[in-house]
Amino acid sequence: MQTAILGGKTLTLDADGNLADRNDWNEEVAREIAALEGIPELTPQHWAVLNFMRSVFDKEGDSPSIRRLTKESGVDTKTLYQLFPKGPAKKAARIAGLPKPKGCI
Amino acid sequence: MRHMLILGGGTAGTIMANKLANALDERDWRITVVDGKEEHYYQPGFLFVPFDIYRMRDLVRPRRQYLPGRIRFILSSIDQIDPEKKKVVLANGEALRYDCLIVATGADIHPEQTEGLMDDEWGVSKFDFYTPRGAERLGRFLKTWQGGKLVLSIAEMPIKCPVAPLEFLFLADAYFTERGMRGKVDIHLVTPLSGAFTKPTSSRVLGEFLERKGISVTSDFGLARVDNEQKKLVAWDETEVNYDLLVSIPTNMGDPAIARSGIGNELNFVPTNRKTLAAEGIEDVFVIGDATNLPASKAGSVAHFESEILFENIMEHIEGRPPRAEFDGHANCFIESGFGKGMLIDFNYETEPLPGAFPLPGVGPFKLLGESAINHYGKLMFRWVYWNLLLRGVELPIANEMLMAGKQVV
Ligand SMILES: Cc1cc2nc3c(=O)[nH]c(=O)nc-3n(C[C@H](O)[C@H](O)[C@H](O)COP(=O)(O)OP(=O)(O)OC[C@H]3O[C@@H](n4cnc5c(N)ncnc54)[C@H](O)[C@@H]3O)c2cc1C
Repeated sequence: MQTAILGGKTLTLDADGNLADRNDWNEEVAREIAALEGIPELTPQHWAVLNFMRSVFDKEGDSPSIRRLTKESGVDTKTLYQLFPKGPAKKAARIAGLPKPKGCI
Repeated sequence: MRHMLILGGGTAGTIMANKLANALDERDWRITVVDGKEEHYYQPGFLFVPFDIYRMRDLVRPRRQYLPGRIRFILSSIDQIDPEKKKVVLANGEALRYDCLIVATGADIHPEQTEGLMDDEWGVSKFDFYTPRGAERLGRFLKTWQGGKLVLSIAEMPIKCPVAPLEFLFLADAYFTERGMRGKVDIHLVTPLSGAFTKPTSSRVLGEFLERKGISVTSDFGLARVDNEQKKLVAWDETEVNYDLLVSIPTNMGDPAIARSGIGNELNFVPTNRKTLAAEGIEDVFVIGDATNLPASKAGSVAHFESEILFENIMEHIEGRPPRAEFDGHANCFIESGFGKGMLIDFNYETEPLPGAFPLPGVGPFKLLGESAINHYGKLMFRWVYWNLLLRGVELPIANEMLMAGKQVV
């Protein structure tokens, strides 16, 4: 079982390296994960995407794909890649304290 | 008379038609299958066509031949489903009322979703192997190719048979080696995933395999467009990969009829209850196979495992009882690894592919997540199993629920 020290506490991670327990998440933890992912600052645009991810997960039990983020979060694909370099859906899910999106199986 | 309507007569639709034809009383139920195409292709065989291992004409059979006599088969494109009125409108204008509907319309590739992919050179230096035409054209091209940089690009996940791109690379390595020109071909994988495959253990094992075969990987590549003039792939963050020969796995999507009916997600896959296989929020409608949005592999083996669950649930449903059987996301895939060898992976919603032996714990004969000649024969045997057992809806000698016995937890 992997762990990481985030927000001053030792938190358990899942096999993909995302938080194992959603309840461990808070905004401070999010900022620290973001920093580890090479995103020094979470701007309001980052937060809009993160909050959208969390609301979809609450409703549907999975986080949205990049395509759906583009369609429904109001942020276009190019900008998503600027906000969350390399894999917006994967990275935003990790920072939002959610498991890796299942869609990519 | 009540009416059981099955949309799509591919792998999943044919299995369900066979199961239900045996179970539903002919005096109470009519069963109809609608499909837009006369030919039924064994899609897993497409992988072998570019390498001259199978010919396309050996992979196709008449669709009707696999449907039992009591089934009414309608050859027509489906225009739209109207769940409110419980009817389906066909392109030929006919409207079919249903009491129970099974959506089995599958998934198809959509190269037009990526800027530049289909313009110029499609079928000249850029190919797919997920369609009969694409696989054949690629085969013709490879016969006279002098070498260069072969790039296999996955546009977007999810795709049908997520191991097929890796199998293609392994077979390409063997093909060029056997032709004495491996030194002239640079083989490269470009994927939106963070590694070779989706789940951690298999991603590591398969990644090591690629490395050993001298196949390089660019991961986390979000394909934005294809620059045809300079022959390169461009990512959303402007990273580039150039190619001489592009083998593309374009975006996979559900059928446009799903979009027209307003019952699909952003990729035209139908939101489906992951356990019962009922369409979410739509009465008397069930979904099976590649058409679902389930977090399971889009594979024929998955359609088979789903069919056992769906059959039980439909039998409950038409008696007015709630569904009982629950799907666990079970998938079981042979992976062709080249030079007469293959691998096998077995997994579900919760458990990732692990090494071990299958189907008999500790014995096999198949080896999980490891290479062996018998796994390769398993893959070739699958074509016979497909036409003679799987489509007929008969029980296969494999447990329906995934078992942990025989797997090594790493
Ligand atoms: C290259 C390749 C390799 C593969 N390898 C493997 C493998 O090794 N193992 C494995 O298990 N699986 C493999 N698969 C996946 C497997 O073939 C599919 O998962 C399986 O066929 C899905 O069955 P289905 O019934 O959901 O869809 P399909 O079999 O595709 O059937 C859908 C049917 O619906 C019809 N249809 C759709 N829309 C309409 C419409 N509007 N009107 C009328 N008809 C319509 C289509 O004509 C089609 O016949 C592979 C696939 C590919 C492409």
